[in-house]
Amino acid sequence: MRAFDAAPEAQSELDPIAPPALARGRAIVITSGKGGVGKTTTTANVGAALAAAGKRVVLVDADVGLRNLDIVLGLESRVKYHLLDVLEEKVELDEALVRDKRSDNLMLLAAAQTREKEDVVTAAMKALIERLRERFDFVLIDCPAGIEMGFKNAVAGAGHAIIVCTPEVSAVRDADRVVGLLPSSWRPELIVNRLRPQMVRKGKMLSVEDVNAILRLPLLGVIADEPGVIVATNKGEPLALDPTSETGAAYRAIAAKLAGEEVAAPVVRVAPSNGLFGKLGALFGGRA
Amino acid sequence: MLDFFKSLFRPVPSSGETAKERLRLVLLSDHLSLAPDVIDSLKRDLLAVISRYVEIDQEHADVTFEHRDREIAMLASVPITGVRERPRPSGDLPFAEAEPPPSLDAAVVAVAERAASLEEAPPQPASEPEPALELAVTVPKPAAPPRAGANGARRRRRKKYAAQPKRAPQNPPLNGQASAQA
Amino acid sequence: MSGRRIVITSGKGGVGKTTTTANLGAALAKRGQKVVLVDTDIGLRNLDLVLGVEKRIVFDLVEVVEGRCQLRQALIRDKRLPSLSLLPAAQTRDKEAVSEAQMARVAEELATMADYVLFDCPAGIEHGFRNAVAGAREAIVVTTPEVSAIRDADRVVGKLTAAALPLRLIVNRVRPEMVKTGDMMSVEDVCEILQAELLGAVPEDEEVIDTTNRGEPIVLDENNRLAAIYDKIARRLGGEIVPFTNLSAPGLFGRLFTLWKAG
Repeated sequence: MRAFDAAPEAQSELDPIAPPALARGRAIVITSGKGGVGKTTTTANVGAALAAAGKRVVLVDADVGLRNLDIVLGLESRVKYHLLDVLEEKVELDEALVRDKRSDNLMLLAAAQTREKEDVVTAAMKALIERLRERFDFVLIDCPAGIEMGFKNAVAGAGHAIIVCTPEVSAVRDADRVVGLLPSSWRPELIVNRLRPQMVRKGKMLSVEDVNAILRLPLLGVIADEPGVIVATNKGEPLALDPTSETGAAYRAIAAKLAGEEVAAPVVRVAPSNGLFGKLGALFGGRA
Repeated sequence: MLDFFKSLFRPVPSSGETAKERLRLVLLSDHLSLAPDVIDSLKRDLLAVISRYVEIDQEHADVTFEHRDREIAMLASVPITGVRERPRPSGDLPFAEAEPPPSLDAAVVAVAERAASLEEAPPQPASEPEPALELAVTVPKPAAPPRAGANGARRRRRKKYAAQPKRAPQNPPLNGQASAQA
Repeated sequence: MSGRRIVITSGKGGVGKTTTTANLGAALAKRGQKVVLVDTDIGLRNLDLVLGVEKRIVFDLVEVVEGRCQLRQALIRDKRLPSLSLLPAAQTRDKEAVSEAQMARVAEELATMADYVLFDCPAGIEHGFRNAVAGAREAIVVTTPEVSAIRDADRVVGKLTAAALPLRLIVNRVRPEMVKTGDMMSVEDVCEILQAELLGAVPEDEEVIDTTNRGEPIVLDENNRLAAIYDKIARRLGGEIVPFTNLSAPGLFGRLFTLWKAG
């Protein structure tokens, strides 16, 4: 496989120690602390969107014992070998990588279903992520809930983090804890997921500003709650590949931003009311 | 249980039905990988029965489970080195066993509609908690519409063993007797 | 007194374990039961927030286990329901701070002071899960009618069954309108797939988010339909045979039918 040619500036921002000549992909861990906020859905959709945009992407499911990235992508019947098989050198990496049904650019490395998170050796995980960075433009690591060994192993080897948070107090509290546990040199970015603009307007839900007043992270994107996500998971077809889906559009915008492109429009289109639209637009447009 | 018969009359199954069917298969696959010792016994039994009829190379025999889009299949790859003039009696096994394993014939059960069996089964007293493997042979019934797991005439020629490890029966419903709880 | 010790678990995060623990505990307390809730999610505690007692935490589970305080000193009594108490988790430690044996001892002691001890389990099936289960004699598995949640619940059911813990299911965040259009699996589907007995089904209600923000369990609001549903679950837990609410009926309390052979 050809080595990926990353933009040198991006590379040095992530990994100042690596020699500029060795261009490698970005390894990003998608984490949250709180479970059920949309890490796996985000990993699958951002990955699918990046792949559809022509990037070479590998998704790594680090949720050993409770794997779900495969089923969200609809690839559960194609998984033969998993992360631990590779880490323990029982199979070659290529045997374990599952190609996506829809895109040749997208590969999945599934978690082991019948092992424990404690079985993952951190050093081996780091080495694997390094190998993947040589072959792919983006290595997205789906982190399990919590802050224990599973979290630590998912973070190991990554160079960047995306924090997924819902506008709920418990999620914000857990996200805050997680940010504190990441390497201090990292600048994690925030995705606010499952926003319900109606409820925000009624004062029954935290707004994006409320969330970020506490977390104070660069905002990567905002995604509104929609039942279509449930349908998409039922079918195993990420919304990012659905041109009619607003949520899909939001994920595509996030992918574009990650790929370094300029994004013109805000990612949440809500009916203008009480200036919420304007507020979100200002929030999003204002960030680099 | 997803009823594929329904899908004959509706061109596209609802996403809920799709989800249900995908879950059924993925859980089957998960359960299989969670019972390696049971699978070892299954393999041993299977090879023992096959070797009654033909001589086999046990060392290079392999039994695997394949998760396909609509089913899970057990695939046995067994090198045959010779043919026996007459089948060996079932008591005379070529491999030394510590204790006689249950015969494959006795373990094979016809697949009933799982929902029906669930409704009819009365709650049973709690027994040992380890998973028991229930072998199911999917064979289409000519008169009835095809059920989940049996995909029509194509399957008539080959028996597919879809193994479903059964969970231990649940305890009787919880009651309010606090003292009954240890 | 020997109270019942029940772990509320799920495998998957975010399906409503903590909300269920808080509301079921409150529903039981409303019926006059003495209830202690235990937050076993060390490091990522949230039961205190959901109950609105986060400012009143003095001691926590880890300090009890390490002998730095008496168990009674760590219990926070709810101001709205005097028979409801919380044993909070520690926020700045990790799950390794408590062993299964220690948890079992705490559970035994709590069972002498309450009719019900409910353990709020963290997501996952690792150390935190094992700890929460170590203190329990029964389990409630919470799931939503979604593919990943059910898959994780299945794993948990397997582990609980292997530990010989009787268990029942709560199917949470059901959207009857989506079940009707076939876009969501039904409660019956979920029970069938998991081969587990139903304790209760709770519909999706956006008010729950607001109540969590305010720290007021939704069962305290008599006008909310969830109050009645949790009350039924509490009664069923106590051994009563209570018909399941038909979630898709136009008048929610209008039509009741027995969905399952309960009791």
